[in-house]
Amino acid sequence: MRGIRAYVREHARDPNFIAYAAMGIGALIFPAVVQFATGGNGDALVSLAADGGVYVLLAIGLNVVVGFAGLLDLGYAAFFAIGAYTYGMLASEQLISSPLHHAVHIPFWIALFIGLFVAAGAGALLGAPTLRLRGDYLAIVTLGFGEIVPRFFRNMRDWTSGVNGISALDPPSLPGWITGPWVNTSFGWVPNFKFLSFNATAWYVLIVILVTASVFGVNNLYRSRLGRAWMAVREDETAAAAMGVNTVSTKLLAFAIGASFSGFAGAFYGAKLSLVSPDNFTFIISITILSMVVLGGMGNVAGAMVGGLLLYWVLYYFLPNAPQQASGLATSIGMDWLNHAVPNGWPGIAEFINRLKFILFGLILVSIMLLRPQGLLPSRLRAQELHRGVHDEPVKTVA
Amino acid sequence: MSTSEPAADSILSLRGVTKRFGGLLAVDEVSFEVPKGQVFSLIGPNGAGKTTLFNCITGMYTPTAGDVILEGRNISGAKPHRTAQLGIARTFQNIRLFEYMTALDNVKVGCHVRMHAKLWDALFKTPFARREEAAVAEQAREQLRFVGIEQHADNYARNLAYGQQRRLEIARALATQPRLLLLDEPAAGFTPQEKVELMALVQKIIDRGITVFLIEHDMRVVMEVSQRIAVLDHGEKIAEGPPAEVRANRRVIEAYLGKSA
Amino acid sequence: MNGALTRTPAAALRSFRSSQVSTFIGLLILVGALALTIQHVLQQSASYFFQILVIGVADGAIYALIALGYTMVYGIIELINFAHGDVFTLGAFVSLALLPMFGVSEGTSGPGWIIPLLVVAVLTMAICGGINVAIERVAYRPLRHAPRLAPLITAIGMSSILEGAMYLWRGPFNLHYPNLLPQNQLIIRGVAIGYKDLIVVAIAIILVAALTVFINISKLGKAMRATAQDRDAAQLMGININGTIAATFFIGAVLAAAGGIIWGLYINNVTFDLGFETGLIAFTSAVFGGIGNIPGAALGGLLIGVIAAFNNAYFDSSWTEIIIFAILIATLVFRPTGLLGMRVPEK
Repeated sequence: MRGIRAYVREHARDPNFIAYAAMGIGALIFPAVVQFATGGNGDALVSLAADGGVYVLLAIGLNVVVGFAGLLDLGYAAFFAIGAYTYGMLASEQLISSPLHHAVHIPFWIALFIGLFVAAGAGALLGAPTLRLRGDYLAIVTLGFGEIVPRFFRNMRDWTSGVNGISALDPPSLPGWITGPWVNTSFGWVPNFKFLSFNATAWYVLIVILVTASVFGVNNLYRSRLGRAWMAVREDETAAAAMGVNTVSTKLLAFAIGASFSGFAGAFYGAKLSLVSPDNFTFIISITILSMVVLGGMGNVAGAMVGGLLLYWVLYYFLPNAPQQASGLATSIGMDWLNHAVPNGWPGIAEFINRLKFILFGLILVSIMLLRPQGLLPSRLRAQELHRGVHDEPVKTVA
Repeated sequence: MSTSEPAADSILSLRGVTKRFGGLLAVDEVSFEVPKGQVFSLIGPNGAGKTTLFNCITGMYTPTAGDVILEGRNISGAKPHRTAQLGIARTFQNIRLFEYMTALDNVKVGCHVRMHAKLWDALFKTPFARREEAAVAEQAREQLRFVGIEQHADNYARNLAYGQQRRLEIARALATQPRLLLLDEPAAGFTPQEKVELMALVQKIIDRGITVFLIEHDMRVVMEVSQRIAVLDHGEKIAEGPPAEVRANRRVIEAYLGKSA
Repeated sequence: MNGALTRTPAAALRSFRSSQVSTFIGLLILVGALALTIQHVLQQSASYFFQILVIGVADGAIYALIALGYTMVYGIIELINFAHGDVFTLGAFVSLALLPMFGVSEGTSGPGWIIPLLVVAVLTMAICGGINVAIERVAYRPLRHAPRLAPLITAIGMSSILEGAMYLWRGPFNLHYPNLLPQNQLIIRGVAIGYKDLIVVAIAIILVAALTVFINISKLGKAMRATAQDRDAAQLMGININGTIAATFFIGAVLAAAGGIIWGLYINNVTFDLGFETGLIAFTSAVFGGIGNIPGAALGGLLIGVIAAFNNAYFDSSWTEIIIFAILIATLVFRPTGLLGMRVPEK
C-alpha cells in the first residue's frame, strides 16, 4: 500500500499520470454510472463507448507511426479494413461464394491475431519500397494505399460481397461469463457465452482489456531499444545510422507495428458490428484518427488516447445529438423559424449542425498546428521540437 | 598503390580510395595504413577532403574507386550501420547529438548495436529485456563517467555546455564498443585547458585498446598526441609518417603556408 | 543524385541490376497493358475508339488545369496543397451561384450567354484566387520553417474546411450545372466528336499556353522560377518572396477555378466533395508528368485522362481509381521525378 501511495505522490504532477488515472478510473465506473443514470437503459451508450475504444486503439497505433517514428500515414484506415475483412472472411459464411467454396469459421480469439499479423504484413509490404521516400511523398503513397485497399475489397465481389459487405459474422464466444447488477440481472454465471450485439457490457469490457494491454505494450516498446531507435531516427537519421541503428528496419517496424494495431482493432470492430463494408474505411476515417493523434499530442500515448476519446465523443455523440438539441432549443427560446428549411437555402438548424463535422475537423487540424502543434497533452520531446521548429529535414535514407 | 597484404598490425587500410562528386574530385587515390592501438591523425588545409574520407570509411559515402579494409575485411561501400556493427564509431565535425534526448539516452542509443533484445522481449518486458536494459543503463553511465559528464546523465543533450556535448558524442560513440574510433575535429572551439583534458581522454581511450583516428586542425594537439600522421591537400595524400617527419616535410609546409614559404 | 555516378563496381552492379529489374518489370507491365488494351479496342468500332480518345483528352485537359496549380505550388514551396482540389470545386460552386445573377441559365437560346459567362468566369477566378492567397497567408506561411509534417496537416485541415463550407452551403447533393455548351457534334469520317469536347480542350490549351508565356516572359514569372530554384538567392536579388508565393497561389487557383467552371459546363454535375478525388487524380497527373514542371503537369493530365477514359470504356470502370492511385504509388517509388524528369529537390 505504501508503495502505491508513494508512487502516486511522486507522479501527481505529471499530466500523463493524471490522464491515465482519469481514464482508468473512468473506464472502470463508466458502465455502472451510465446504467444508473439512465435507469437501466444505458446499453446504447455502453456500446457507443465500446466503439470509442476501437478508435482509441487506432489512435494508439497511429501514434506509433506518426508520433514515435515521425512517418506521416494518411491511409491508416487501410489496415483497419484489412483487419476487419480478414475477420470477415475467416469467420462467416462468406468464403462459400468465393472460388474456395468452403466457409471458414476461425474462432474470434485466434482470428484477432491473424488480423493483427495480416495487417502487420501489409504494413511491411507497403513500407519496404516506400520508407526511403521523403516525408511528404511517403504521406501521399500512404494516401494512395488508403484509397486503393477499400476499393480493392469492394471489387473482389466473390471474396467480399462487394458493396454490400460481409455480414453475419461469427460472434466471439467464451466458456463462461459473469453477469450482475450492471446489466440488471442478479449475479450469475452464463455458460457458453456469446458476444452478441445486445451484450454491450461484454464488448465494453473486452475492448477495455485490449486497450489496457496495448497501452502497456506500447509504453514498453517506447522505453526499449526500439523506442530509443525510433526517437533517434526521428531526431537525426544520419547520426542514428552512424551509431549502428538500421534506420530502414526501424522505420519498417514502426509501420508494421502501427498497422498491427489497426488490424487488431479492425477484427474487433468487424466482429462487434457483425458487418464489414467498404464504406466504413474511407479517407475520412484516416483523417479522423490523424486528427485524434494531432489533437491529443503526437508522440504521447496518453495524449493520443485523450485526443481519441475527446474527438470520438464530439463526432459520435455530441454532433449527432446536437441537431435535435439545437432545434429543440430554438423552439423553446422562441426562435422556431431557425428550424424551417428553405429549399436551396438555409437547411434548418438541425441539418446545419449535422453538416458541421467537416469544418470541425478542418478547424481542429489547422488551429492545433498553428496554435499548439504539440497537442493537448504533449510529450516532453515534441513540445520542445515543434515549438522551435529547428530540426527535421526528413531526407531519404542515408546513401 | 601497393598490392601487398596489409601490415599485420593495421586495423584500417585505405587502398587508392577515390571519391568523385560529378566533376569534383574530393579524394584522390588516397592510401595508408592505420596501425592498431595508436593515435593516427589526418591533417590538411580546409577543404582537403578529410571529412569526405571519413565518410567514405564509415559508409556515408561509397568510394568511387579503391578499397577500405578493416582488419583484413573489405568494407568498401558498406552502409554506416553496418560499419558501426563491424567496429567503427565516429563523432561529427558539427556535433550531431540527439538534442531532445537525455545524455543517458544518447549513450544508450550507442549501445543499440550491441544489444540483443528482440521485439517480443521489448513488448512484454521479459526478464531478459529487463536485465539487458539495466545492464545497458549501467554501461551508459560508465561511458559518461569515462568522459567525465555523468552528473549530466538526465539533462537533455541540447542543454549541455559545448565541451560537455563534444564529450557526450565521444561517450555515445564509445558505447558502440568500437575497435576504431574516428574523431572529426574533437577539439574545435576548445580552450587550451579543455584541449589538455581531451588529449588525456584520448590516451585513456588508447589504453582501452581502441585505435583512435583523428582529424584535427590544432597542430599542437596533433603533434602531442599522435604516433603517426597523414596529410591531405586537395584530396591527395602529400605526406605520411611520424610527427617529427611530417612537421619537417616541405610539401606539408607549402600546403599550409603557401608556395612562397 | 551524383551518388549514382560514383559507385564502386560491386555496388554499381547491384544498383544497376535492381534498377534495371524494376525498369524491366515496369516495361513489361506497360507492354502487357497496352497489348490488352489494343485487343479490347479492336473488338469495338474505330469511331468508338476516337470518341473515347476525345473524351479522355477532354477529361485530361481539366486534370491538367488542376495539376498545374499543384505543380506550381510544389515547385515554389515544396508543399502539397491538399486544399487545391477543393478550390477547383469552389470554382464550380461559385460560378454556379453567380450565373443566375447574370441572367444565364440553361435553355437560353443563342450565344448571348457568352459575355455574361466570361464575366462570371473572371469573377469566379478572382474570388478563388483571393481565397487561395488567404489560405496561404493564414495556414501555410506561419509554418514555412516548421517541420514538413506541419503544413501538410494544415493543408488537410484547410481542405476539410473548404469542403465543409461547401457542404454547409449546398449540402451533400449532386448539383446541376447549366448545360450551355453546344450539343452538336462534328462528324469526321464516321467519327462523331462533340463540340463540347473540342471547346474544353481548346480552352485548356489557351490557358496552358498563356501560363507558359507568362512564366517565361513576365517579370513575375521570372521571379516565380527564381524563387522555386533557390529561395534565398532570389531574396538576395531583391525578389519579394512573400508576394511571389502569393502570386503563385493566385494563379494556381485561377487555373483550378477555370477547371471547375469547365467541369461544370462539361459534366453538368458538381458535388461538394468532388475536389477530393479529382484533386487526387490531378495530383497523380502532376507527379506522373513530373512535379514542379509545367509541361509535365499538362502531359500527365492528358495521359491520366486518356488512361481513365479507356479503362472506363473498355474495361471495368470500378478499377479506374485503383489503377490511377497505383500509378501514383508506382511513380513515387520507381521514378519520383516523373516522366519529364524535373529535379526532385532533396534538402
